Amino acid sequence: MTVSHASRALLAILARELLRFVQQRGRFFAALVRPLIWLLVFAAGFRASLGLSIIPPYETYIAYDVYVIPGLIGMIQLFSGMQNSLSMVYDREMGSMRVLLSTPLPRGFLLIARMFSGTVVSIIQVYAFILLAALFGTPLPWSGLLPLLPVLVLTGMALSALGMFLSSRVKQLENFAGVMNFLIFPMFFLSTALYPLWRIREGSVTLYHLCQYNPFTYVVELIRFTIYGQPNLPALGIVTATLVVFGAAALIGYTPARGGPTAGRAAA
Amino acid sequence: MDAKSGREDTAPRPTADDRAQQPLVVEGLSYAYGKRQALSEVSFSLTPGRVTALLGPNGAGKTTLFSLITGLFDSRRGEIEIAGYKLRSNRSKALSQLGIVFQAQTLDLDLTVDQNLRYFAALRGLSRTAARERTAILLDRIGLAGHARTKVRNLSGGERRRVEVARALIDRPAVLLLDEPSTGLDIATRRWLIEHLHHLAEREGICVFLATHLVDEVAPEDDLIVLDEGAIVARGKVDDVVRNAGATTLDEAFTRLTTKPKEQSP
Repeated sequence: MTVSHASRALLAILARELLRFVQQRGRFFAALVRPLIWLLVFAAGFRASLGLSIIPPYETYIAYDVYVIPGLIGMIQLFSGMQNSLSMVYDREMGSMRVLLSTPLPRGFLLIARMFSGTVVSIIQVYAFILLAALFGTPLPWSGLLPLLPVLVLTGMALSALGMFLSSRVKQLENFAGVMNFLIFPMFFLSTALYPLWRIREGSVTLYHLCQYNPFTYVVELIRFTIYGQPNLPALGIVTATLVVFGAAALIGYTPARGGPTAGRAAA
Repeated sequence: MDAKSGREDTAPRPTADDRAQQPLVVEGLSYAYGKRQALSEVSFSLTPGRVTALLGPNGAGKTTLFSLITGLFDSRRGEIEIAGYKLRSNRSKALSQLGIVFQAQTLDLDLTVDQNLRYFAALRGLSRTAARERTAILLDRIGLAGHARTKVRNLSGGERRRVEVARALIDRPAVLLLDEPSTGLDIATRRWLIEHLHHLAEREGICVFLATHLVDEVAPEDDLIVLDEGAIVARGKVDDVVRNAGATTLDEAFTRLTTKPKEQSP
């Protein structure tokens, strides 16, 4: 594989994903409406009743809607990662995955290119949401938005890797929709997206531990700390590890087995 | 003698000298889905500029064989060599010599004909200019030049199949694989397809490997491989296969070769 071949293929996969995204206007609309409802309805209701103490990275008391924004950014990427993997299951069922995987490019490269193109789509949605949130009265520090970009690439890739791993294990489209719901909601609710960890511990120690072991917690915290210009190395490490572990597992899942029935999974 | 089928395959195995001249060489290839053996010690080689039909009933192992040749499946038992490149050790080079039309239609329905072809051209590493030129030539050749900006969703099944043939040829492959490409096509499109494949072989020297279970898609001048229960049961020129099977027509020969003899009652 030459550099020019790789870059042409990457751009083609990215362009195809962006074209699909532009054509599916409902997808863009849903991706923005979902977190906006949480921000404008859910957060508005909790704003009055839920007090938040000063916790890093915040240096002062903050309103609940400010707290919840990093979690909603994570939610956009989580849904987008799952949507991307759903699209891979669809491509597999429709046969276009066969076309992709039988091209003269390394399988790992093709899967990373798919993950990356899905991540780019999710980043567009995130920045559109940040703009809308600011218009609705919940602005983020502008200085944090540029450093946020590479972090969103990392978190988006990690969540895409998780989704791709699932898509490699689930054979049928209808099953995957069920698995998605089974994964998305526990991941979102059992994290620091809606409440800080100390608040959760006050309510239930078990839930607190579940949140601690949930990689989505660290996705949200990495986004939160980056927006406010502070490093969070443990979160960075765990998100990177999530990307590596699930990325490798997805690659194994999409590698044709030798002489066994799992080969069909990669091509079915 | 094939131990499983009890039928004799008298065709010689390809030698090392053959390989340089042969765009596709398969040697001793086996594959199993768990305990079910789908392919057993399959060996053959193809000739450039010829159409070779892979004839076999449903479930004979044709799609499994194609999945192995296209790298979608992998087997440690046996070797596949495409235009001199071993698939196992030189996957990218080997696959770059291969054009593929899968059994199921695999175009992106929401993209236009032109976008589908250009997308695939980029995956094969073609520059924009080369992709544009090849797309124009191929669309003209398949009679769909006026449909370049039409979404694939709005094409008929036959037109989609034509686009898939064009897509498979975008990078001038040495070998064109087609897995039961006439499935669901009307008679006119089937006829066009078969004629077009022979034209490609004769005029452009492409090695065409066509899997089918329909005897009438095999032309008298084609090379023929008959596959049954994962094993090659006959191979050669169509006339030779018919004669060796003790039949008068290919239809009759195919039935004899792929029908199990009934167990004799005591």
